[in-house]
Amino acid sequence: MLIGKKPDIASSEITPKSLWLDRRRFITGAAALGIGVALPREAANAGTLKFTKSPLSTKGEELTSLKDVTGYNNFYEFGTDKSDPAAYAGAMKTRPWTVEISGEVRKPVTLDIEDILKIAPIEERIYRHRCVEAWSMVVPWNGFSLSALINRVEPTSKAKFVEFTSLADSKTMPGLLLPYLDWPYREGLRMDEAMHPLTTLVVGLYGETLKNQNGAPLRLVVPWKYGFKGAKSIVRIRFLERQPATAWNTANPSEFGFYSNVNPEVDHPRWTQAKERRIGDFFRRPTLMFNGYGEQVASLYRGMDLKTFF
Amino acid sequence: MTEKNRRILWLAVFIGCMLPAADLLRRLFTGDLGADPVETLIRATGDWTIKLLVAGLLLTPLTRILRNPLPVRFRRMIGLYAFFYVCIHLTLYLAVDQGLDIHAIVKDVLKRPYITFGMMAFLLLVPLAITSTRKMVARLGPKRWRQLHRAVYVAASFGAVHYYLLVKLDITWPLIYGAILTTALGWRMWQAMPLHKTLRAGA
Repeated sequence: MLIGKKPDIASSEITPKSLWLDRRRFITGAAALGIGVALPREAANAGTLKFTKSPLSTKGEELTSLKDVTGYNNFYEFGTDKSDPAAYAGAMKTRPWTVEISGEVRKPVTLDIEDILKIAPIEERIYRHRCVEAWSMVVPWNGFSLSALINRVEPTSKAKFVEFTSLADSKTMPGLLLPYLDWPYREGLRMDEAMHPLTTLVVGLYGETLKNQNGAPLRLVVPWKYGFKGAKSIVRIRFLERQPATAWNTANPSEFGFYSNVNPEVDHPRWTQAKERRIGDFFRRPTLMFNGYGEQVASLYRGMDLKTFF
Repeated sequence: MTEKNRRILWLAVFIGCMLPAADLLRRLFTGDLGADPVETLIRATGDWTIKLLVAGLLLTPLTRILRNPLPVRFRRMIGLYAFFYVCIHLTLYLAVDQGLDIHAIVKDVLKRPYITFGMMAFLLLVPLAITSTRKMVARLGPKRWRQLHRAVYVAASFGAVHYYLLVKLDITWPLIYGAILTTALGWRMWQAMPLHKTLRAGA
């Protein structure tokens, strides 16, 4: 029951963000001065994550504000308005949470979210995030490469694709009444895409555990693809021999391809993908091929006609 | 209704139609337009354009059904307000969204059906706005003026199609506007039909 449930920590006891940021700055500063400060093993506050900075982070980009990252979301399970997820996702229960990992693997398993958090060290990965609607953000995600989880369950040689299924709970998700997508939300990747180091299982952003509107407690981020490829609030990861049916592709195959790599040269049938508006900017900027990650990922698609396999 | 009350009502509608613009302006200066202010402004002004167009088209049937000339007296004002909002809508698209890049705009208009429909709707509204004065009614003659101004049905329909085509999934509102427009147009066509006129004359 949600009504009357007392939070574990009174909000008065939570350290304000400005204070813990100061604390972090102090620690960083102390480290720079060569003073040995032992970082606590566990984060002092629930909600804060201990992480290292990933070398995979995108450099030279200004971060989108936490307010915009957590207030401007597409998460249709909670409604189609950008402000709906922040308004309604709070009702979703993210503990206890398990993820079923099944299909073409030698070690099928159902993992508790707490165990998933321990699979690999949490990193901060700053990625550009490009929505198919032609807006973009820069987000400091916290998570680790999906490959760490995949290696653990040992896919068989038959595993050619990975399917991600999101939670579909009609009690807490008013958007499920919308008939436009075939719930539960499903997304998928080809095996080599899933194994690519940039492909990230995300558990937090801005150093805090994921907020519900961003896909808590576990979501996928594939920075060279349009945002909708990153399934939120994942409850099942299945390894398949055939390409899975995915939510948007099923809803409108001519508009939302299975691959959906960011590509300024392949327009959405109804609008251009050549430009995007970075949240916070006034004017649009050119969209980069593979969202600027071509150097790392273009080889995955060598010999493929990206206009056909959009 | 007394002349004084009529004036008060006129003023109330005049101010009422201005409120959405005033509110957007307030939100613009207080930073309350959300993460993507340009998108919010373009959406909101487009939304008010079609709302006012649809509302304006309901005034004639309302006048006839109520047998009261009051609603139709607001038709011009509502129509001009629709034009006011579409001008902001279009300006934002041309100047901010496309950065006045003529090449990109022409390509967009020709290639994107929703832009094509939107642009056609706007172009249809221009002569209607120009000929909205009493002088122009007199110059054109009431009959020709009425014929010309029937184009507003086409403009509003193009507006609804424009809206329908850009929505990613939730087409509820475009369909609602479409249904209202179809009903209003159907009603007027039925009114204009000889059969209806005969029936009414007989009754």
